[in-house]
Amino acid sequence: MMPEVKEKKITAKDYASDQDVKWCPGCGDYSILKQVQSVCAELALKKDETVFISGIGCSSRFPYYMDTYGMHSIHGRGPAFVMGLKTARPELNVWMITGDGDSMSIGGNHFIHLLRRNVDVNVLLFNNQIYGLTKGQYSPTSEQGKVTKSTPYGSIDHPFNPLSLAMGAEATFVARTMDRDPKHMRPILIEGEKHRGTSLIEIYQNCNIFNDGAFFPFTEKTTKADNTIFIEHGKPLLFGAEHRKAIVLDGFTPKVVNTADVAETELWIHDKHDRVKASILTRFFDDPREEGALPRPFGIFYQEKRPVYEEGVSAQVEKHVKEKGGPNLNLLLEGPNTWTIK
Amino acid sequence: MIERCFARNMGQIENQIKDEVTILFAGDSGDGIQLTGGQFTDTAALLGNDISTFPNFPAEIRAPQGTVAGVSGFQLHFGSIELFTPGDHADVLVVMNAAALKSNLDSLKKGGIVVANISGFDKKNLRLAKYDDGVNPLNDGTLDGYKIHEVDVTKITRETLKESGLGTKAVDRSKNMFVLGFLYWMYNRKLDNTIRFLEKKFSKKPELIQSNIAVLKAGYYYGDTAEAIASRFEVKPANIKAGTYRNIMGNEATAIGLIAASQKTGLNLFCGTYPITPASDILHFLSKYKNFGVKTVQAEDEIAGICAAIGASFGGALGITTSSGPGIALKGEAIGLANIYEIPLVIVNVQRGGPSTGLPTKTEQADLFQALYGRNGESPIPVIAAQSPKDCFSAAYEACRIAIEHMTPVFLLTDGYIANGSEPWEVIKSEDLPDIEVKFAEPRELEDPAFLPYKRNEKLVRPWAIPGTKGLAHRIGGLEKDFETGNVSYDPENHERMVKVRQAKVDKIADYIPEQELDAGEDTGDVLLLSWGSTYGAVKTAAKILINEGEKVSHAHVKYLNPLPKNLGELVKKFDKVVMPEMNNGQFIKIIREKFLVDAIGLNKIKGLPFVTQEIVKKVKEVLA
Repeated sequence: MMPEVKEKKITAKDYASDQDVKWCPGCGDYSILKQVQSVCAELALKKDETVFISGIGCSSRFPYYMDTYGMHSIHGRGPAFVMGLKTARPELNVWMITGDGDSMSIGGNHFIHLLRRNVDVNVLLFNNQIYGLTKGQYSPTSEQGKVTKSTPYGSIDHPFNPLSLAMGAEATFVARTMDRDPKHMRPILIEGEKHRGTSLIEIYQNCNIFNDGAFFPFTEKTTKADNTIFIEHGKPLLFGAEHRKAIVLDGFTPKVVNTADVAETELWIHDKHDRVKASILTRFFDDPREEGALPRPFGIFYQEKRPVYEEGVSAQVEKHVKEKGGPNLNLLLEGPNTWTIK
Repeated sequence: MIERCFARNMGQIENQIKDEVTILFAGDSGDGIQLTGGQFTDTAALLGNDISTFPNFPAEIRAPQGTVAGVSGFQLHFGSIELFTPGDHADVLVVMNAAALKSNLDSLKKGGIVVANISGFDKKNLRLAKYDDGVNPLNDGTLDGYKIHEVDVTKITRETLKESGLGTKAVDRSKNMFVLGFLYWMYNRKLDNTIRFLEKKFSKKPELIQSNIAVLKAGYYYGDTAEAIASRFEVKPANIKAGTYRNIMGNEATAIGLIAASQKTGLNLFCGTYPITPASDILHFLSKYKNFGVKTVQAEDEIAGICAAIGASFGGALGITTSSGPGIALKGEAIGLANIYEIPLVIVNVQRGGPSTGLPTKTEQADLFQALYGRNGESPIPVIAAQSPKDCFSAAYEACRIAIEHMTPVFLLTDGYIANGSEPWEVIKSEDLPDIEVKFAEPRELEDPAFLPYKRNEKLVRPWAIPGTKGLAHRIGGLEKDFETGNVSYDPENHERMVKVRQAKVDKIADYIPEQELDAGEDTGDVLLLSWGSTYGAVKTAAKILINEGEKVSHAHVKYLNPLPKNLGELVKKFDKVVMPEMNNGQFIKIIREKFLVDAIGLNKIKGLPFVTQEIVKKVKEVLA
């Protein structure tokens, strides 16, 4: 009989590389790195079969800090590297790390095509609404009027709403969480990892150097309850202190009501498989400083089962091998028509 | 006075033997010109002629009918002698309409034959071809000095098929078969090969088999009965080396070369690409061969195409990306990344006229500098160029070998001329292909020494460690790396060392490629013709002519453009003068001058068209004078 081998329990530390982490002290990225490593341990992901791929930006240094395979690529193109690697090696577990500049600006095109193809990858979109690595220019998710080094008189551009964009790009898993609420982040990461297809997880991440407090209305104790709503599949949309407020739909228009004022049957029960309602939820994008703003939702907005791109590619290959037989190089070299000269 | 080929004496038809003939078929892009040319080519090849072809089509898919912009051409050179080009000038010009004549008459030899479909010269067609009112080139003296066969192809085709029950549109679509049949008669060819082709092509529409064969035969018998033609020609089989041959187009040869490399190495072929003229056919060919394990991704853009290929290579596949100049420009940053990753990747550039969108369907070899230098930083990349349609196979195979064995991106340069041209190719066997060495890094146990992803072997090549291999988890990136660990390093000494070693690695490839040989002539003399890429055929033919005339001329054709063969400088310096024909404004010449301090003389043609032999002969004679 073989002696029983006792495997050492794998911990978050086992996923940390030997490289010093070089984000600014106080950066929200630390919290995300910690949660990802911890989730990797919890799910016992195989280090040798896991690949972290990133583009360029502060967040994109992430792969260097993971003791897995990794590719730090070029600005905005992470999705293309993911698509190639997953198509060639569908069995690998691939994660993509990106930021709001990387995926909403220079890589916008690749981002939407990744979602529609539904490559099986976990996409962590670190949204800090600013360009950090280039030292503080506004980003495509910065609020209008943003004063930065490149917009001293305020930005003119209307910002992107990444989750609405994702819904429009036919994403199959759309979620939002925040760096300052690791308890919320963890299950979202786990659900994203379990989802077959592209799991888009937007993470509000504080850049304490160039955009400190951008998300404080959603993350700080005093304001969090009124400005956020944590959505859960099968549960009513309630928020505010002691869940005293609720969201109901008046036709297609969401409205804030007092929970006590509505019958239980009138409450909006979150159904993450309902595309139309999920799209409405992603439109909850009001500026929290404005009067009557709808709360910002966090959680899994939408999830659907749809065939995964790389499996479709592999299935075609298998089908052709079955129908035409395996490769015969000599036949290919010969071609359909030959003639012989004696 | 126009020589009209009227009555033949007493019904006698003269039979002339020719060594080589060039036919240029031209008509509307909807006239089936490419198919007609392709059929004549196959039939000539099967008879044992040597052949070389060059299609020439408009950039617009369906430019307005009857206009010069919409003319599609197919040039076929066939002979009983060895041929290396699709022919300088045509002996026969077949024109389906006035626009086809207008845009191609310059390509016809003085005294050549024009076969004209006269219904393509009616008022409407003449106006569309922008001839002045009342002017018809068939009878205004334009064709003085040529032999003209006027045939009412449209009318006879309709006549032939009047009982067929087919609509006029379908009937008119088969008029190319009439022309083909007529030319088969003129050149003493049999119809069987085309009949077999039609039976296969229309196997689901038997009525079209019958109608097309009827028109093909009508064309053939027209020659016999029209009493208008005084001569037929015969081109005997060529004295080609015994063996089994097939016809092959450049882009197809590239695709097959890539697949062959993947099969011989056991690496799965992954092609990430984006459609672009004239490279798309490589994707079309590759995407058909899924049973070879080939995976193709038509990405959202050029950048995604190459990045996907790099991702696949990181995973242990043979990553390929295909494009043309403008697309390559977009891929530049990713090529630099593959360079610093030091990962196998083949980048195929089917060059076309530039800059910018330039001349999409025309040929040029002006992307050599782009391949050599078109990136930020010090980013040396091996470059190989194919010399002819069939050579695209070996060049593609060799590009894969270098990419894999030396862990580097490699540029394969072809161009629109050889990509769309075709020639016979002696069928090669899989077992005769050279081996390509593939070595993935071995798994590692925890107690083993640390894995060093950038530690180099004697070729200065780093290991290829693919995800899924135990103990080799590592990160690669676009930031400068430490010499051995590959960790991010901003150390000044290390950066210089890395730049030097990446250069040395590419330079070292010179130890693993063949030395430069002369293609023709003695190893010393008055003039060395030094060429690269698709000019091969024209330069070779020119060298042959000059040598036959007793000139001390030699020819060397360079296939490896980076690194250059080690003996090239020595070889070049043995000649008094070096003449370098290029389809660009002088690129390779700058390298030769810079590397070897040789005062080479350029011959540059930048017209979107390949060289004709006589242009080269003339230049060498000027230099010799």
